[in-house]
Amino acid sequence: MTESKPMRLVFGEMLRELGKEIPGLVVLDADVSSSTQTKLFAEKYPERFFNFGIAEANMVSAAAGMAAGGLIPVASTFAFLLTLRAGDPVRSLIAYNSLNVKLAGGYAGLSDFADGASHQSVMDIAVMRAMPNMTVLVPSDIETTRGAVRAMLKYKGPVYLRLSRDQAGSLHGGNESFEIGKAKEMKDGSDVTLAVCGTLLDQTLEAAEDLEKEGISAAVVEFPTIKPLDQDALIRFAGKTGEVVSIEEHTVNGGLGGAIAECLSERRPALLRRIGLQDTFGESGSYGGLLKKHHLTASHIAETAKQIISMKGAKRNERIHG
Amino acid sequence: MVRSDIMQRNAQELRLMIIDMIHRAGSGHSGGSLSIAEILTVLYDEVLRFRPEEPYWPDRDRFVLSKGHGAPALYAILARKGIINKEELDTLRQLGSCLQGHPCMFKLPGVEMSTGSLGMGISVGVGMALAAKLQEKDYKVFVLCGDGELQEGQNWEAFMSIAKWKLDNLVVIIDRNSVQLDGTVDEIMPLGDLKSKLEAFGLAVISCNGHDTAELQHVFARAEKLKGPVAIIANTVKGKGVSFMEGKSIWHGKTIGKEEYEQAIKEIKATLADPESYGKEAHK
Repeated sequence: MTESKPMRLVFGEMLRELGKEIPGLVVLDADVSSSTQTKLFAEKYPERFFNFGIAEANMVSAAAGMAAGGLIPVASTFAFLLTLRAGDPVRSLIAYNSLNVKLAGGYAGLSDFADGASHQSVMDIAVMRAMPNMTVLVPSDIETTRGAVRAMLKYKGPVYLRLSRDQAGSLHGGNESFEIGKAKEMKDGSDVTLAVCGTLLDQTLEAAEDLEKEGISAAVVEFPTIKPLDQDALIRFAGKTGEVVSIEEHTVNGGLGGAIAECLSERRPALLRRIGLQDTFGESGSYGGLLKKHHLTASHIAETAKQIISMKGAKRNERIHG
Repeated sequence: MVRSDIMQRNAQELRLMIIDMIHRAGSGHSGGSLSIAEILTVLYDEVLRFRPEEPYWPDRDRFVLSKGHGAPALYAILARKGIINKEELDTLRQLGSCLQGHPCMFKLPGVEMSTGSLGMGISVGVGMALAAKLQEKDYKVFVLCGDGELQEGQNWEAFMSIAKWKLDNLVVIIDRNSVQLDGTVDEIMPLGDLKSKLEAFGLAVISCNGHDTAELQHVFARAEKLKGPVAIIANTVKGKGVSFMEGKSIWHGKTIGKEEYEQAIKEIKATLADPESYGKEAHK
């Protein structure tokens, strides 16, 4: 059994760990520090922690002021509030001025499952990706969360970090190396590319294993940076396998699937299937139940891969016989 | 001539620059730029600590123009203080200019935060004031916002945080010109008893005539001595100094035509020839 821990806990511990190394680090939260786990930093560095109450726009705007004053603020709250309620100041102050503010959006995707659609964040990647100057990171497990927090604090400029409420596994064998803008090749393959971000990485790896048993060689490429997208890695794998399946816990519009569609259609046209929420909101339910309802499962990923491969076959036959 | 009279004259000269810039640019916000001429003059002539030759001096006081549409007034004072070149004023709103329609911090020294989308400046000031305290810096933060702007709820989030952290190194100045784009503030969305509201949010409030440089001088000195966060309500007239613009919402952002330009310049120049004539009266 591999190690597993709530991703928010990994995040909170990492901030606490880096507090000494990075004296300019300050953490801001909007009354959810017990949920996002920024309270771990607050307990150790109370003078560098600022709870703004239920006022997200004020929090991110103050973060902009702090960054202008030379600090390195991490503003944390639920992803939907951070990207939408506070969306204008994020745009007008942080993105436009390219200020050194880190935005940590917790409880993203469907991971706040029981609270329902009001709290689930299924469009945050699309919103943040549309902002010039913004870097968008989506870790998948313990190693990439730790790596992403370290990398974003080292990087100078605005970053959106998308975090899950869910358990994070250990899928990178303890390797915490994280380079912004670089994809991670998790498994090589020749028939189809499974391109994934976030905690669905484990389902994707499982799908690839199942496909292997059926004689289908699927490559798994993780994109922990959505922006800037590692286009070269994508083109390389698309060139090698032809078809691509994108997998994300987010609407299929404008997130990882959207970014991949843009890149492929401009640089290397390839068949693409986008797995994610199909332009819809979530609802309350068990996490597993929600993932299943929205087809965010290993079996659906494998099924989609097979479909797209058979389409390729059909296309080829058309060309030969048509 | 006493200091406040010199500043009164400086403010009138600022108005000439503002009218000139907006006329030349073919667009821009006259009303809300003219209403803050004395406030900016007193701030930059008397109050703010800065070094024109070193705009990023770490210990400078920070000034945030939350009502970013007052940009022409800010550009005029930055030029007069030698932080930017006077020639640049001719490029307002042109492609490639450092003088954006609304102030941009990475294009122009002297702009501490890009603004334009209303209701964020006080929050930014909160962040700057917290940063100063944490880093044990003694610079002060001044935020100038409009009164219509206070309709944005975020300001009131910011006021709560000013009180929570007892930000005595932050001064909020409200340009109470009582007019916004669509009409008077009272018609569009009244602020009610603004002074009492601010006091209820935990701020010490000083009201004054925002066109009287002597009174402004006095008020800033008082704000300095007060323990705890301060808000200054500066009662002003939108479009101040140009008779046909005064108090008229249509002049929030209307183009200044050739004849209007000539009349405006004539009016202001006449006051410069006769120092007794430029009125200090504002709405009380």
